[in-house]
Amino acid sequence: MANGRTSLRERLTEARDKIWGSQAVDSILRPGSPFKQNYSDSPRNRSYVVMNNVLYHLHPVKVKRHAVKLSYTLCLGGLSFFLFILLTITGIFLMFYYTPSAETAYTDVQALSTNVAFGSLVRNLHRWGAHLMVLSVFLHMSRVFYHGAYKPPREFNWVVGVVLLLLTLLLSFSGYLLPWDQLALWAVTVGTNMASFVPAIGAQVKFGLLAGAEVTASTLLRFYVLHVLFFPFIIVIFMAVHFWRVRKDGGISGPL
Amino acid sequence: MAEIPESLLRRSAEAKAKALGVPVEDVLAEMKGEGPPVKVPQPEAEEKTETVEVSEAPEEPATEPVEEVEPPEDKDAPTPEVEADTDQDVIPEEPKEATYADDPDPDPVPPPAEPAPEQQPVAAAESEETPAAVAIAEKEDEEPPAPPSGNGAGNGKVASVVSARPSVPPAGTPEGVRSQRLLTVVKARAIQNVKAEPTDKVNTWPHLMLMEFGALLLITGILVIMSIVIHSPLLDPANFNATPNPSKAPWYFLGLQELLSYFDPQIAGVMVPTVTGMALFILVPYLDKNPSTTPSDRKFAIALYSMFLAGAATLTIIGVLFRGLGFNWAYPWQDGIFFDDLKDWVHFE
Ligand code: HEM
Repeated sequence: MANGRTSLRERLTEARDKIWGSQAVDSILRPGSPFKQNYSDSPRNRSYVVMNNVLYHLHPVKVKRHAVKLSYTLCLGGLSFFLFILLTITGIFLMFYYTPSAETAYTDVQALSTNVAFGSLVRNLHRWGAHLMVLSVFLHMSRVFYHGAYKPPREFNWVVGVVLLLLTLLLSFSGYLLPWDQLALWAVTVGTNMASFVPAIGAQVKFGLLAGAEVTASTLLRFYVLHVLFFPFIIVIFMAVHFWRVRKDGGISGPL
Repeated sequence: MAEIPESLLRRSAEAKAKALGVPVEDVLAEMKGEGPPVKVPQPEAEEKTETVEVSEAPEEPATEPVEEVEPPEDKDAPTPEVEADTDQDVIPEEPKEATYADDPDPDPVPPPAEPAPEQQPVAAAESEETPAAVAIAEKEDEEPPAPPSGNGAGNGKVASVVSARPSVPPAGTPEGVRSQRLLTVVKARAIQNVKAEPTDKVNTWPHLMLMEFGALLLITGILVIMSIVIHSPLLDPANFNATPNPSKAPWYFLGLQELLSYFDPQIAGVMVPTVTGMALFILVPYLDKNPSTTPSDRKFAIALYSMFLAGAATLTIIGVLFRGLGFNWAYPWQDGIFFDDLKDWVHFE
């Protein structure tokens, strides 16, 4: 205000303060949010950051010191979850352009990769993300094993975890058929053939998965519905139980 | 009115006596209705042993009598160790905390929505010696006593204990001094039997969450770069009459396919052990009875899992790289790679 006028900078600051201090913004941000005006770093607010946010609330307010070390969990469980979220987002995008019928599936994927803005990128993200998720879930399981983190009271969470692994594989496998090209068709054929060798139930499992004795057009629809609806639905439920149990079983295990 | 077991009454009386600083026998007598109201010695105003406040609104049925923690107005108290959000449903052994009898999840003890900075949720029943945590209801003297609600339908156990003895404000209590009333006796054992030892903890925000954010950025970066560089394969349209040679399963099943290729799958030489192995895998926590998590105590388990890992990795790599036409052995540097997932990236032939 050297020359008696308010500078642009001052006006911007004022406007920002006005918006940030407004009732609307104030009502959106819960107490303790680090985005709130006048947020101050205090132990109390650090607790509120976690407690007062629906997403961060998955966490406890405090974690064991060793759990923060990257070398303990390598964040693998969290990354599996994050990849699942990414896959959901990219998957919804793909659903806009894809019809699960034997006539159109292949050309839809082809058109997606060539005609749709970012179509190819999103398809790649979805595909490689899925492979990475299988890998990260597997590595997560290995780290849990090496830490003996499945020991009491965490036995049941291991069981939930094995179901999650199975569901992850099923999600990936059911998506594999959808491009409806030679790779998809025959990889699924080989895969389901292997399932049929399982004693006693194998043949029925194969029949149920394929909606018939062989891969057909109805298999495509079946895999589609399983892939975009059924398996995600189930896996979300199991994940919820899994995360909840991590907390209820006393937080992350260890230190060794 | 429900009969209150002698032992409970006694414990209650002990707690109350301790809080008020009067002989136990007197309190007990009062509780049984056999004695005169206990005379409370002049309490110091500072010493408030209050803990849990009963919402005494008459219209509110007493099913959930304990609702709020009344924070002491102590400005100098240390920063809130908001143990509100502990990992397990356990009342830590160390600080004897007042707790709720019928609240399975004592999770949030945060103050009401917009906290006044000085207020702190502190639960503090002064009952170090008593085996059970004691929740004491507090009454302002000027307020009327809680309406007896013991016979009302829907009143839980707690309620009946509460109303068993509508407390009469002890005679001689000076104006403005709060008196204590026993609300309920809570067993020391919580619904989950997890031992909570004091551990070295840090705040999730910022320590853990920054770490997670970093990991998230890293994986996103890797994935985006991968997706720009490597294109997803799209081969010829599906054709039921043209079996490709070789036909491979998705990579995570290739180890199994490799294994199956050694045997005639019909004779169940592979599948039976595989399926059994998978079943045992689920049961790992129940089979491994060794309580230790120290690596040196778990040599066998670690060796077993490492063998499984090495075996799975070897079989998968063979399946991906070393299997060519007719699923026969092939050297990738001689015969090329037969793995169509990466077809648009690695141009081999
Ligand atoms: C979709 C798949 C999965 C997701 C999203 C997931 C997520 C998580 C997360 C976020 C944690 C917290 C600690 C960490 O990040 O390591 C965790 C812990 C745990 N997970 Fe998973 N997990 C999955 C699959 C599995 C599998 C396959 C197993 C084992 C068979 C498993 C067993 C466990 C156990 C026992 C813990 C507790 C570990 C400890 O306390 O140290 N999870 N999981």
